[in-house]
Amino acid sequence: MGRKAIQARRVNELLLKIASSLPPTVVYQADKTRSRVRSFVTSFPIKIGQNLKKSLRNSIPQIVAIVVAFLVGAVVLAATGYSPIDAYTRLLMGAFGDSYGIGQTLAQATPIIFTSLAFLFAFKCGLFNIGAEGQLLIGGMAAALVGISFTNLPIYVHLPLALLAGAAGGALWAFVPAVLKAKLDAHEVITTLMLSYVALYVTSYMVNYPFKAPGIVAQTPFIAPAAELPRILPPTQLSGSIIVALIMVGITAFVLQRTTLGYEVRAIGLNATAARSGGINVKRGMILALVISGTLAGLGGAGEILGVERRFIDHFSPGYGWDGLAVALIGGLNPFGAVLASILIGALRSGGLVMNRVTGVPLDVIYVVQSLVVLFAAAPQLMKSLSKKRAVNWQTANHILTKIRSVLKKVGDRLRRR
Amino acid sequence: MLGENGAGKTVLMRILYGMHKPDQGQIFVDDQEVRIDNSAKAISLGIGMVHQHFMLVPSLTVAENIVLGLEPTKYSYLLNIDKTLKDIKSLSDRYRLQVDPKAIVSTIPVGIQQRVEILKALYRRAEILILDEPTSILTPQEVESLFEAIRALKQQGKSVIFITHKLKEVCAICDRITVLKKGKVVGTVDRTQTNSDALAQMMVGREVLYTFERKQVTPGKIVLKTESLNASNDRKLPALRDVNLEIHESEILGLAGIEGNGQTELVEVLTGLRESRSGKISFLGETITKTSTHRRIEKGFANVPEDRQKTGLILDFSVLENLILGRQDKPPFATKWSILDLSNCSKFAGQSIEEYSIRTPSEHTLARYLSGGTQQRVVIAREFSRKPKFIIASQPTRGLDIGATEYVHTKLVEMRDQGCAILLITADLDEMFALSDRIAVIYEGRIVALKERSETNELELGLFMTGGKCG
Repeated sequence: MGRKAIQARRVNELLLKIASSLPPTVVYQADKTRSRVRSFVTSFPIKIGQNLKKSLRNSIPQIVAIVVAFLVGAVVLAATGYSPIDAYTRLLMGAFGDSYGIGQTLAQATPIIFTSLAFLFAFKCGLFNIGAEGQLLIGGMAAALVGISFTNLPIYVHLPLALLAGAAGGALWAFVPAVLKAKLDAHEVITTLMLSYVALYVTSYMVNYPFKAPGIVAQTPFIAPAAELPRILPPTQLSGSIIVALIMVGITAFVLQRTTLGYEVRAIGLNATAARSGGINVKRGMILALVISGTLAGLGGAGEILGVERRFIDHFSPGYGWDGLAVALIGGLNPFGAVLASILIGALRSGGLVMNRVTGVPLDVIYVVQSLVVLFAAAPQLMKSLSKKRAVNWQTANHILTKIRSVLKKVGDRLRRR
Repeated sequence: MLGENGAGKTVLMRILYGMHKPDQGQIFVDDQEVRIDNSAKAISLGIGMVHQHFMLVPSLTVAENIVLGLEPTKYSYLLNIDKTLKDIKSLSDRYRLQVDPKAIVSTIPVGIQQRVEILKALYRRAEILILDEPTSILTPQEVESLFEAIRALKQQGKSVIFITHKLKEVCAICDRITVLKKGKVVGTVDRTQTNSDALAQMMVGREVLYTFERKQVTPGKIVLKTESLNASNDRKLPALRDVNLEIHESEILGLAGIEGNGQTELVEVLTGLRESRSGKISFLGETITKTSTHRRIEKGFANVPEDRQKTGLILDFSVLENLILGRQDKPPFATKWSILDLSNCSKFAGQSIEEYSIRTPSEHTLARYLSGGTQQRVVIAREFSRKPKFIIASQPTRGLDIGATEYVHTKLVEMRDQGCAILLITADLDEMFALSDRIAVIYEGRIVALKERSETNELELGLFMTGGKCG
């Protein structure tokens, strides 16, 4: 503590010395800036506090969904003969208990942040982009190709170029359904979904034939070191990709709430007729929204390749694109909510592994809980009524729960005896 | 049953029909106290209701709609079509409600659809018929035939509750009149012992301005002109045929016509939402046939659409966000980097809320939570504050109470006095006569008449509107 105080005083003295040697106008300017910064900083916590209160109130259904999902998961655990408390403690400790756990949790969350943003952006425009998986794969492939194609570029050129390529790849993959939608009224659910399969097999072909690295595994050679996103918390898989992701969260939220583009996108999503009548070019808005959505997913793919895999491995994505849809819903279709929901899913994944290793609880239980969260979050009306105290008849609920528990226990016992 | 919008007429009727639970109080049918928990109970008590928005299955025939749920059967499983048709024939003869039982409901006019609704109630042996604002969608001729049917019902011993906010109709058809205001009964009077001024006084508690001062303004140069405009509707059928219109500065041109005769398509073509097949639109001498909606708004178009909830507003946007729609990309609301300038937006919203007396808790309240009249004020504030040169107002007072209607009328005339060219499309002939300088009639996509207001009357317009067949 003493050392820190001394350091701070030294810095202060140094600053004072510099300040006194500066011409008065500069000092005046600096003073003004400082007071501005201070007023901003002091007002910030209040603003955040107000917003937090509001968003907490808005996210009650989501929170209830998560709690209910864990409760039902506990029943499943108990029924199959495991201690829910023990399992959940391990899960929690595994996900957040040490820096390794936290790193892995965030690493798992990173690609899902991108894909949930992607789903969310298109959704705000009233479009269901369920093809984030394909956009992510193409983005990843584009980034990988840029990564392996150049060997002597400096990092400040190569890395941004690779990221841009990823973004462009995702954008391109979303542009096709966007144009089909705008010009031919082809439903984006079908086109984005189908293009996901095309992406899956196109990338599979590319790593199996033209860009295959020597060896048995279907994968490209390693990308050049200059294209790598640095790891943040080795030995975990957490990489600079999460920083890109968080920047994108900020940009997405800003674009949606504070720009003309975001205004138009939301207007189209809420009422396309009124938007058109108000002079908004609906087709253009839809194309832009889908392309931006694809860009976000493509960046997510690039982040995984440049930060984690360092090469394109066939089937590297365990379905990040599909997770994005669910996570966007759990996050209440809000960019910041999407981050929290992504971290939740990331924690389930990384903590689940630990839980599995220590307690022997099968990973499937984790997937059950994850699915339940999505299921309950997708029924906001149900959760809203559950979150109203009056609507919950605890006695009945308890009764039903004990019934379910006894039935499941019998089934579990029988299964184990076999 | 007379009352302004929001007086509680519909709620009261929904209680009688079992669609709404009363907090307290009693209901008597034939001196018996009853509890009406659902519509089935209401029907069994002999109460029938014709809703403001019809509850018909559009793809079924008239006969099928009437018997729906109580179909006469043969051998208990087969539909007895002959009996159905016979039953309906006898019903419609008895009450002078002529319908074609085999017509598909979606293809018949609203007036006939209403008859179907009434027959449906009668088929369920209704003794008490509730008609919720039955005339709001009818032409003058259709209203007359509805009244005839109501008189026939009365002769046959049925009771009819007729809900409306139009004094004229009350005087024409009712025996006793109950006035409702803010959920309370103001009084019940015999028609013979009252007059429309007294009723209006009861209804709003103040003298209603039927007419207001209109300055004589000489129309200026032509603002909007269409030349042989042709367009199709959504089903690719011709909806506009050689429409020629000229609207001048400081002029309100009223466009009368029964709904569905091309008004919607005309508005869409004029605002750039629908492509015309041929013809020319010019605005202040400049051809704008192919100009986008956005550019037209920039040039000085304003549009108060027919359906404020569907087309006029984005209900899940705040008042502020709704107010900047159409100008979200331009200063002062956006910087040149297309970033919204929230403080300017907020300043503008505050001004508009004050200037147009928008009754809202705050500028951040969602438009969804505002009353109909307030929503219309938001639309008008947005459109008129742009300082437009040409305004299209479609059914601008539909569903509004007298106070809000008066406000809209005053605003429209104010804009006209300031030099705006206004195209007014309304089904309300009183409104048409109160506001318009000239009146055009559209029938089957054609302009069939164009008159100075002083040279025509309701009857003549009604004839033009129905193609001159009825009369």
